[in-house]
Amino acid sequence: MERQYLLGNEAIAHACLESGIGFVSGYPGTPSSEVVDVLRAQKDPAYHVEWSVNEKVALENALAAAWCGLRAICTMKHVGLNVAADPLMTSAYTGVTGGFVILSADDPFAHSSQNEQDTRYYAHFARLPCLDPAGVQEAHDMIPAAFAISEEFSLPVLFRPTTRICHSKGDVGLGAVVPNTRKGEFHKDPRQYVVIPAHTRVLHKKLNEKQPALKKRLVELGLNHATVAGKTAVIASGIGASYVQELLPAGVSFMKIGAYPIDEEWLGEFAKKHEKILVIEELAPVVEEAVRQVAGCVPVFGKINGYAPYEGELNPAIVAAVMVKAGFLKENPFAAKEAVPNLPPRPPILCAGCHHRAAFYAMKKVFKESAVYPSDIGCYTLGLQLGAVDTTICMGASITVGSGLAHADATHEVVCTIGDSTFLHTGVQGLMNAVYNGANMTVVILDNRITAMTGHQPNPNTGLTATGVETPPVSLDALCRACGATFVETVDPYDMTGMLRVLEAAKAKKGVKVIIAKQMCVIVARRAGVKRGRYAVNTDLCTGCGTCVRFGCPAIEFVDEKARINDLCSGCAVCARICPAGAIAREGRK
Amino acid sequence: MKKSFDILIVGIGGQGTILASNILGEACLLEGRHVKGAETHGMAQRGGSVETHIRIDGEFGPLIVPGTADLLVSFDLLEALRYSHYLKEGGKMVVNHHMVLPTSVFTQKIPAPKEEEIAAQLARFTPCLIDADRIAVEAGSALAQNVVILGAASWSIPLKAESLQEAVKKLVPPKTVAVNVKAFELGRAAGRS
Repeated sequence: MERQYLLGNEAIAHACLESGIGFVSGYPGTPSSEVVDVLRAQKDPAYHVEWSVNEKVALENALAAAWCGLRAICTMKHVGLNVAADPLMTSAYTGVTGGFVILSADDPFAHSSQNEQDTRYYAHFARLPCLDPAGVQEAHDMIPAAFAISEEFSLPVLFRPTTRICHSKGDVGLGAVVPNTRKGEFHKDPRQYVVIPAHTRVLHKKLNEKQPALKKRLVELGLNHATVAGKTAVIASGIGASYVQELLPAGVSFMKIGAYPIDEEWLGEFAKKHEKILVIEELAPVVEEAVRQVAGCVPVFGKINGYAPYEGELNPAIVAAVMVKAGFLKENPFAAKEAVPNLPPRPPILCAGCHHRAAFYAMKKVFKESAVYPSDIGCYTLGLQLGAVDTTICMGASITVGSGLAHADATHEVVCTIGDSTFLHTGVQGLMNAVYNGANMTVVILDNRITAMTGHQPNPNTGLTATGVETPPVSLDALCRACGATFVETVDPYDMTGMLRVLEAAKAKKGVKVIIAKQMCVIVARRAGVKRGRYAVNTDLCTGCGTCVRFGCPAIEFVDEKARINDLCSGCAVCARICPAGAIAREGRK
Repeated sequence: MKKSFDILIVGIGGQGTILASNILGEACLLEGRHVKGAETHGMAQRGGSVETHIRIDGEFGPLIVPGTADLLVSFDLLEALRYSHYLKEGGKMVVNHHMVLPTSVFTQKIPAPKEEEIAAQLARFTPCLIDADRIAVEAGSALAQNVVILGAASWSIPLKAESLQEAVKKLVPPKTVAVNVKAFELGRAAGRS
């Protein structure tokens, strides 16, 4: 067996190759993105692979492939499952013929997310099986099991890794790649695939009838297992189970939950053998609620009675503290250690030369502090540090929140920002709605022609498919005009004069004005070999006014009351254009 | 209690902590040993402070608890101080003797720490300070600083230097193998003492 040092997502992708995958779709989202990134980078894939425009679209595409008998996977981050929830709920009724795995990666501690929701509740809600790996090897090994369960029960299977699975690494034992040999074919069966009321009532009953056998099967397959070792027990799931195993004292029973729904009878038998039970899991108390339902008078310790935290992610120190508090461990092996206080923070920041910074600067110059700046999900959310992001809630909500604000609050101008990928994801509907309902607002589409934050995945605006095949790029200009917008201007945000002029023109007009601020992502440009030449400060001319420093570019430092440009400079020249003293010029020029 | 040798690699997004992690992981594979790790991906990578956990012979979770790291490898002087509480009593520290000032210092007018002050605060850990930029340039490319620091740290890592060097050869871009092997060797020489 081959062993490789792999990221959890890479191990999951390899397991798909070992399972004869026939169809791959997804929308990028941390921590899920690398699964499709690996599958789209394979040479001559024996499967269709696509980045879809959003998660709902991705899920529906993959569902159709699974109806044709292919093994399909669809990937997204947890909040993407909200977007895909509509087809998810009813796909449980229609079922599948080919194995269908829906990977929804949760993000405890919201490392890169807007909330800490739990995919396992969706599984419960939809009555679908859900697999919950505790480590990288297990994530790999569970994928073939997920496809097998999906085919055995004709149900989509949710696969729920978390950040510490997706972005953990380990030495992983891999199996052989099995190329897809199935030929997809759709067999008409309206009673299965047309969910009119008369059909769906029958399908709902069938879904419910599958549940008891499913619960038993998950135990038979060893996905849920237990060892009785004493009168007290710890029940754990996900990465939390790995932390417990590192700390578990001898003589304490251990139950590992790796799949849902949990068989209550089996769980109840285990509970009865113990005098007290501790539940360790990240996010919602899903396992704990199940345990409490069957535990009878056996005391249960967990989130619900305040022993474990609801929020954030677990780590061995937190788990040890919970075990001590609940009396499952005599002392905490980890002494509390505090970080050195008062160090200057180093949060993530827009790259040196990022054109989003230039667009934000121009917006604030024209619309001032008094305007409201709704924004969206992407690198540009970091515009918060520049005071140019006032709201962010979910993908596509900049335009919709913006139009709502514009209707509700007549005293403030509204200028919203949205990236190209996010605009195509769920922003278009908002624009159409804003024009239709007569909002007064400015929409700045920050167009870098790529989905940057998640690792530079192509989108319909890029002109390339997921596998790098050329495809007609969508015209953002035509799309905005088709939504009814009449003021649609495309401008290069590095051209500060042009950018300011277009913003002034938008400010002077009523209605929905769209500005497409278009420039290559600076990372993509660097990789493509674009060389612009570095800029430098002429210290004789620099007055130390700080205009360039407030611009917030990491290439600009302030030393001895003068600005200085460091190695990070990418040559965008925006600082040279905004310097009131004309002290910044291309290196080697006067 | 623990069986693993725990290394925390810290730095700034883009400095190559992930390549360093891959080199260590590959060296573990070459020696047939288990290894676990955790990394920073996504938005947090954009020029922010990043941490990579590696647990050689690790069998359970990937995270290292503060106060338990056997070795702290830092690609930036300030970041070494930020994560110094991860080191166990008597743990080793290998640090790039250079600091990139966070942009917050300029935009929020936070007093900029001086290199000497940070070095003084780190003194109680008796760190091995490496002039990685100079050594990398000597090896042939300033981009090889991460491999220089890994070379310097190799004395404190329970893996054979040959395994690490083999992993370097396997993982760096083919055109840069010679430069990186030299960077590793020069780093290793600089870290001896």
